[in-house]
Amino acid sequence: MSAGGNSNLILAPVAPPSSQGETGFLASAFTPRALGIALGLFASVALVSEAWAQLVAGGERLGILATLWKWAPLVLIGPPREFGGFALNILVSFLAMAIGTVSGLVLGLGLISKFAPVRSVSWAITQFFRNSPWLVLLFFVMLLTPFQFRIGGLTIPFPAWFKATVGLALPVMANVAEIVRGAVNSIPTGQWESAESLAFSRLQTLWRIILPQCVKRMIPPWMNWYAILTMSTPLISIVGVNDAMTLTQDALASEQRTDLLMPMYGMLLLFFFVYCYPIARWTIRLERKFAVRI
Amino acid sequence: MEGLWDFLRSLHDAYGINLVHFYDTFERTRLLRGMWTTIQLAATCVVLSVLIGIIGAWLQGSRFKILKGFVQGYIQFFRNTPPLVQMYFFYFALGPQMPRIENEYGIAQPMLGSFAWAVISLSFFAGAFNIEIFRSGVEAVQKATVEAADSLGFNRWQIYRLVVLPLAVRVCLPALNNNLVNLIKTTTQAYAIAVPETLYIASQIWSDRINVFEMMVTLLTFYLLLVGIFVWLMTRLERSLRVPGFGQ
Repeated sequence: MSAGGNSNLILAPVAPPSSQGETGFLASAFTPRALGIALGLFASVALVSEAWAQLVAGGERLGILATLWKWAPLVLIGPPREFGGFALNILVSFLAMAIGTVSGLVLGLGLISKFAPVRSVSWAITQFFRNSPWLVLLFFVMLLTPFQFRIGGLTIPFPAWFKATVGLALPVMANVAEIVRGAVNSIPTGQWESAESLAFSRLQTLWRIILPQCVKRMIPPWMNWYAILTMSTPLISIVGVNDAMTLTQDALASEQRTDLLMPMYGMLLLFFFVYCYPIARWTIRLERKFAVRI
Repeated sequence: MEGLWDFLRSLHDAYGINLVHFYDTFERTRLLRGMWTTIQLAATCVVLSVLIGIIGAWLQGSRFKILKGFVQGYIQFFRNTPPLVQMYFFYFALGPQMPRIENEYGIAQPMLGSFAWAVISLSFFAGAFNIEIFRSGVEAVQKATVEAADSLGFNRWQIYRLVVLPLAVRVCLPALNNNLVNLIKTTTQAYAIAVPETLYIASQIWSDRINVFEMMVTLLTFYLLLVGIFVWLMTRLERSLRVPGFGQ
């Protein structure tokens, strides 16, 4: 394996350290036009509502933009001395992705196991979690796990936001397992056979030869699932976690102004868009870069 | 049927397995009504989102840059924002702006109810993905085929409807299948705007009767069955539409 890699390095006289495509994804992912369109749309909604509010109510109340500015910190990072808001959405997405990836890797290896019972159990688990609605799984975990564990004299709290994270990690796990299975199956059989002829055990083959080659192929779909997961995190507001969605509704409830509805929800949509759009663009680029050419 | 209900009732007395939503007529009726609402919601959204996909993919092939940009903006916006927030935006922010109409009792009520808003927001959400899917199918159709149709005097819409689309549908059916399954699962989000669909009714029943676990199992089984039936139908459609000479 390493010999092939070295010879490539030696043969290629000037290996370009980074192709033109690697100049940093921010530069290209935030295509100024797309972001401009998003911001423009948002600004026009805000301005129209602003004008409307001025027309209806006169200058007594705070303007729309000023009100948005007032609430933006709450929606972004939650109330003071408490963790919540959009930052919590991101934290939950990171944690759920981490849990989902690790368990998905194990489940995915179960899917390609040589031992039939392991294979069929993994298959059943995967199908179950892939085909159940996210919200139902979330309710399942929220309502059917205890809020704390007691081991001996030690009490381990199991807060709502962490339960929600586990609930979101379950469908991610099943989908990562499918990604792993697909990637392993896309490696040519010759790799397995040559490893066998070099007296690698199955575990060694998998760990040192097959999986390293899979990583590249798994990254684009894996990132795609990260984006899907992030866009599912507002679901945790339904089960009572202080995320950006809950806080937006709280802010709206305290303002009691109908002219704020569109701008406030619009702001929340914009937060998610600004976070998810670059990831989507980056995924498309990686997909092109890692595409298997036949 | 009575025998079965009696058996389920005895399960409760003997083992504490509370399947009240089956043997109690009231609970059973409202659960069935909820399931019917889910099926209606899913079916309407599937049809509408496929229509959005077909029309959007056609508009993307248009010569007008502005129209193309508009469709692209719609796709990017709906693909990269959370469906739940979209639904709230439609129901809570756009809903109150709509004119109100009087119902038969003379009481003013919003023009569109929560069911209609759920249909609209879910269809737009899935439609954005469907446009991309159909576009990938349209791109897979060989240029020579389109040129041949053009030379036979078909106009642009005719070429799309009669030549390109039938071929494109066959190419993109697996991807479409995936997205529609996802759409069916996403209908549970209508819970958040109080559409009386299965999850909503189920949560009412488990609050009233304290049978969370049994209700959850019923709920998951229902959705697995629903998705299973849909996938089975789509596989049959796929097989019947297969073009000879492609695939294995």
